[in-house]
Amino acid sequence: MSAVTAGSPKSMFDSGVLGWLRNRVFSSVPNAIISMLIVWLAVMTVPAAFDWLVTSSVVHADGTRECRAIDNGACWALIVEKHRLILFGLYPYDEQWRPLIVVGLFLALIGISCSRRFWNLSLIPIWIVGIVAIATMMWGGVLGMTFVPNERWGGLPLTLILSVFGMAFAFPLAILLALGRRSKLPVVKAICVTYIELIRGVPLISLLFMASVMFPLFLPDGMNIDKLLRAQIAIIMFAAAYQAEVIRGGLQSLPKGQYEAADALGLGYWQKTGFIILPQALRIVIPPMVNSLIAMFKDTSLVVIIGLYDLMNAAKASFVDPAWRGASMEAYVFVASIYFVFCFFMSKYSQSLEAGFARAEKR
Amino acid sequence: MSGQPMIELTNVNKWYGDFHVLTDINLKVAKGERIVICGPSGSGKSTMIRCINRLEEHQAGTIIVDGIELANDVKKIEAIRRDVGMVFQHFNLFPHLTVLENLTLAPIWVRKTPKAEAEATAMKYLERVRIPDQANKYPGQLSGGQQQRVAIARALCMNPKVMLFDEPTSALDPEMVAEVLDVMVTLAQESGVTMLCVTHEMGFARSVANRVIFMDRGQIVEENTPEEFFHNPQNERTKLFLSQILQH
Repeated sequence: MSAVTAGSPKSMFDSGVLGWLRNRVFSSVPNAIISMLIVWLAVMTVPAAFDWLVTSSVVHADGTRECRAIDNGACWALIVEKHRLILFGLYPYDEQWRPLIVVGLFLALIGISCSRRFWNLSLIPIWIVGIVAIATMMWGGVLGMTFVPNERWGGLPLTLILSVFGMAFAFPLAILLALGRRSKLPVVKAICVTYIELIRGVPLISLLFMASVMFPLFLPDGMNIDKLLRAQIAIIMFAAAYQAEVIRGGLQSLPKGQYEAADALGLGYWQKTGFIILPQALRIVIPPMVNSLIAMFKDTSLVVIIGLYDLMNAAKASFVDPAWRGASMEAYVFVASIYFVFCFFMSKYSQSLEAGFARAEKR
Repeated sequence: MSGQPMIELTNVNKWYGDFHVLTDINLKVAKGERIVICGPSGSGKSTMIRCINRLEEHQAGTIIVDGIELANDVKKIEAIRRDVGMVFQHFNLFPHLTVLENLTLAPIWVRKTPKAEAEATAMKYLERVRIPDQANKYPGQLSGGQQQRVAIARALCMNPKVMLFDEPTSALDPEMVAEVLDVMVTLAQESGVTMLCVTHEMGFARSVANRVIFMDRGQIVEENTPEEFFHNPQNERTKLFLSQILQH
């Protein structure tokens, strides 16, 4: 986009840095005021933040006290010392190469699932292999690896397990719920509406709490479902209810003519849904769906309340150590940046998906 | 079977709430017959042809298509829809599929035609509607007239016994009406397919219709040959309607 106005005589103010400044930054009095305010805010905050994060930060020290004595910036020595606790939780120290591989497996699984070349039935075996490999690495007990009970899992792998499996299983369930809610069959519709409204009406925290505390009370004696699995199921159920509503929005926004054209060709319900309705409806809802996936990714940190050591809880554990007391800010900045990398990737990926579809259809 | 009409509507009634859209519709369409249906807007003409492939449900009377009576039986409805092609006012092409995919989807999945054969048939019909070069484009890249011709080809790919046209030219820019009508005229003259066409294109009615039906307020008011219909209308409402659309 060129900011040069056609027809007007060119001067040094129409192009180059000055022209850009005049056209984009000081184009009117209110704009000039807003620009100045933003510059002022940046001047006030950026250097101070940079100083804390970089210039005055301390990387090598044995504790918070020593950090503070050296300089008054961030005490990154905490991360140097405790990064394995934050990343892998209470997983046995000598076995932590295993959760590291699991993180790699997750990244590979995400990468493959995001590539449109793999958007076919081959994803199902890929995911089965991925899940088996992840479970094997985490639990061990075979191939000479020691057994690690899942009470000791933690950190980034746990966050990825809860969120990635949460998304992968919630998505098909959400599609079925959204279709069910629009079904002409009264029983199916009633079940889906009830499910969605019940789950949506309850905070995730209380759902997790119910799953971990109340649910075992209903089970017969001697039967016990693992706490991690219960949390995982609660997250899947919760995410599915929200995504179902997002997908329903997409289904409703399709013009009636698309349904009619598919009907008129004699396509059956599942053919119509699979070939015509869902591909279009899901494209429409990419932005809100990614929005809810990002929210869900961060919501997994709520498993803190039932005592799972996910990334967030492991970060908290890192500064409980008396030597590192007071370094909470550093730990939170560290995990926040990890959360940010994943969320930013999701956001960018959804943008590229949208752009890709738009390019294909309107060239 | 030879004497049996292709489509038979007997005392068909339909209401939208309290509004009586179709009142005692009786219509027999013979095999290969070409019928043009006209009438003021809101007269029920679109609703009537949409009842024939069950896009709308009628509440009383019977509709029999090619010997199958339309009822709530999904299998029968799908069977009828396979043999009844429909062209819509707003084309309703599938925007996420290419032209060729639009044309082959139903033959492959509904008729179980092998893909190569379905594509060959699709190309044949694209030639016939004169846009074989657009096969790999998406509908959004085509003009309105081209899209409607693709929609006609899509319906023809199912090799239907009946073609329903629901105001196929009324959403088109004027300069594109002719190219679509040309295709429809050729279709009428070259194939023996039974056609029901809701349109106000009186030139088209004159040149291809065996019968013209005039509807008003949910009833069939008059039906006649095009010749008689245009030159010697019987009903006052028909006369008024014709004077309104022909005076320009």
